[in-house]
Amino acid sequence: MIRLVATLYALRTVWALCIAFALGALLMLFSGGNPLAAYSALINGAFLDYWGISGTLVKMSPILLAGLAVILSLRGGLLNLGVEGQIYMGGLFSSIVALYVTGLPTTLHLILAILSGALAGGAWGMIAGVLKAKRGVNEVIVTLLLNFVAINLVSYFAGGPMMQDGAPYPYSEEIPEGLFLPIILPMTDAHFGVVLGLLIAILLWVLLRSSTLGFSLDLVGRNPQAARYAGVDVGRAVILTMFLSGALGGLAGSFEVLGLKHRLYHLFSAGFGFDGIVVAFMAQLNPLMSVIAAFFLSGLKSGALMMQRAIGLESTVVDAVIGIVIICVAASQAFTFKADQWRAWFARRQRLNAALAVQSQEAK
Amino acid sequence: MDYIMNPAFLTDFLSSSLRLSIPLIFAAIGVVWSERCGVFNIAIEGCILGGAFGAAIGTWWFGDPLGGLLMALVIASLLGLLLGGLAVGLGINQLVAGIAINLLVGGMTAYLARQIMGNNATAPLPGFAVMPIPLLSDIPIVGPVLFSQGPLAYLAYVIVPLGWMLLYRTPWGLLVRAAGDQPMAVDTAGVNVQRLRFLSVLGSCMLGGLGGAYIVLSQVHVFTEHMSAGKGFIALGAVILGRWNPLGAAIACLAFGMADATQLRLQFGSPEIPYQLFSTLPFIAALAALVLFSGKVHAPAAVGRKFERSGK
Repeated sequence: MIRLVATLYALRTVWALCIAFALGALLMLFSGGNPLAAYSALINGAFLDYWGISGTLVKMSPILLAGLAVILSLRGGLLNLGVEGQIYMGGLFSSIVALYVTGLPTTLHLILAILSGALAGGAWGMIAGVLKAKRGVNEVIVTLLLNFVAINLVSYFAGGPMMQDGAPYPYSEEIPEGLFLPIILPMTDAHFGVVLGLLIAILLWVLLRSSTLGFSLDLVGRNPQAARYAGVDVGRAVILTMFLSGALGGLAGSFEVLGLKHRLYHLFSAGFGFDGIVVAFMAQLNPLMSVIAAFFLSGLKSGALMMQRAIGLESTVVDAVIGIVIICVAASQAFTFKADQWRAWFARRQRLNAALAVQSQEAK
Repeated sequence: MDYIMNPAFLTDFLSSSLRLSIPLIFAAIGVVWSERCGVFNIAIEGCILGGAFGAAIGTWWFGDPLGGLLMALVIASLLGLLLGGLAVGLGINQLVAGIAINLLVGGMTAYLARQIMGNNATAPLPGFAVMPIPLLSDIPIVGPVLFSQGPLAYLAYVIVPLGWMLLYRTPWGLLVRAAGDQPMAVDTAGVNVQRLRFLSVLGSCMLGGLGGAYIVLSQVHVFTEHMSAGKGFIALGAVILGRWNPLGAAIACLAFGMADATQLRLQFGSPEIPYQLFSTLPFIAALAALVLFSGKVHAPAAVGRKFERSGK
C-alpha cells in the first residue's frame, strides 16, 4: 500500500501535467476555441507523422541541451537562469569561427566551431560563477542580466560587423556548407544536434551518478558545509558548475547555428533557455528523464504552428499552456513523499479498523 | 562637453532619466518589501509585464486610463496571490516560483493580447495627461523635470518615502523586517509569519504592476509582447545596491534610469551603429554596480527560506 502511495507521489509531474492541460483547455474554451480539436491537432502535428517528428526533433536539440544546462547548475546548488544568453554567445562564437577561420580541414574546422561555441557559453556562464565565488554576488540576478547583454550583442553583430551586404534584416553570411551538421532524417531539418544532446544527457547521468566530479558537485549542491569538510573547494566547484552549465547552453546555440540556421540571425533563439527551466523541473533534475521532458515540450512547441494552420487557433496559446504547465509542475514540487507520515497514517487506519471490528463483535 | 551645461539639454536628459527610472522605482520598492519580509520576488518582472498588459486591456475596454490602472492592479494582485500561494503557502523554492510566474505571464499575455485586442494591438491607447504642478513647475530645470509629470510619477514620489516610513518607523514595518531576519522571533511574539509574508508579497507584486501600468499609461501607450524587457531584473539589482532600503533602492533606480537615458541618446547620436550595442548599457551598468558595490552586502538573513513552525 505504502509503495502505491510512493508511486503516486513519484508520478506527481504527470498529475501536474494533467491539471495543466485541463486548465489550458479551460483557457481555450473561454477564448472561443475547441480544446479537444486543438490538442488533437497539436499531437497530430507534433508526434504522429514523419514531418511532425522531424519538426519536434529540430526544436528538441536546443531545448534538451538547455534543460541539461539548468539541471547541471541546480544539481550543483546554483540556479543558472542565463542559459538563453549562453545559447546566444555559443551561436555567436560558433558562427565567428565558422565564417572567419579559414584553411582548416573541414572536420577540424567543425570541431573547432563547436568547441568555441561551448567555450563561449561556458565563459559567459562562468562570469556568474566567479562573481558568486569571489564576491558573493547572487548568480540568479547576474545570469538574468547577462541574458539581455548577450541577446543585444548578437543583434549588434548580426546587424553590424557581421551583417551580409544587402540583407533585409540582421543576419550574417551563410557558413560554409561543409560545416553543416549532418541531417538525421532525410528531406527534413532534423539535424545531428539532437543526437549529440542525447549522448550528453547519458554522459551527464553517468557523471552525476558515478564519478568523483559528479559526487562532489552534488555534495556542494546539497550541503556546501559538508563538502568543505570533505575537502571540496566549494568556490572552485561553483565556478566549474557554472562553466559546465554555460558550456551546455553554448552547445545548444552552436548546434542551432551549425545544424539549422546556417547563419547568425539576430534573436535566433526563441526562448529555448527558458524552456530548459521547464524541462529541468519536469524531469525532476534527472538527465535521463529530461530527454522525455524535452521531447514532449518540443512537440508542444513545434505542433503549435500546425495546430494554428489546422484549426485556426492562435499558436501563442501553446505558450500560455506551457506557462500553466510550469506553474503546475512547480507547485507539484511541494508534494514530496514522506514515508513516515504515510506509515503513521496507515497505522492509524489499522488501529481504527481494529477498534471497529472489536466494537461490531461486541454488538453481536 | 559644453552641451551638458546647456539647460535645455540638461532638462531633457534629466526628465527622460526620471521617466525611465519610475517603473524601476515602483518595482524596486516592491522587491524591498517582499525581500525584507523573507521572500525573493523575481516574479517582479512578470508583475511589470502583467501590469502593463492589464493597463492596456483595461484602457482599451473602458476607454479610460483609470480603468487601465485598475486592471493593472487586479492582474498584479492575482500574480501576487499566485506567488504567495506557491512560495509562502506551498513553500516551494521562491526562485522557482518566481521564474515560473514570469514564464506564465510571458505566454499568457502574448496569447491574450492577440485574443482580446486583435488587430487593434498597435493602436496608441489613451494615457494619463501630464499634470504640471502650479508654481513648482515654473522653477528652472527642477520644475520641468520633477513637477511636470503624470499622476503615476507623483505617486512614485510618495511611495518611496512612504515605503521607508512604513518599513522603519511603524510596528508593522518592524514585524516585516523581523520576518525576513528572524522569523522565529516573530512567531514567538505571536504574529503569523506566513500571513505577514503573504501580504508583503501581494503588495510587492501590486507595486510591480504599477510600474508596468506607468510604462503603458505614461510612456509608450501601447502593449507589446515581452515589453518589460528585463526592467524587473534591473530593479532586483537596484535593491541589492540600495541595501534593501527603499531610499537606497530608489537612488540606484535613478542611476539606472540615467544609464538608460544615456544609451537612448547615444542611439540617436550614432544611427550608423546598430542600436543594440547601446541597449546593453543599462544591463552592464547594473552588473558593474553589483560587482563594484557588493562588498559588504547583507541580505535579510531568512530571505529565500520557507518558514516552518517547529513542533506542529
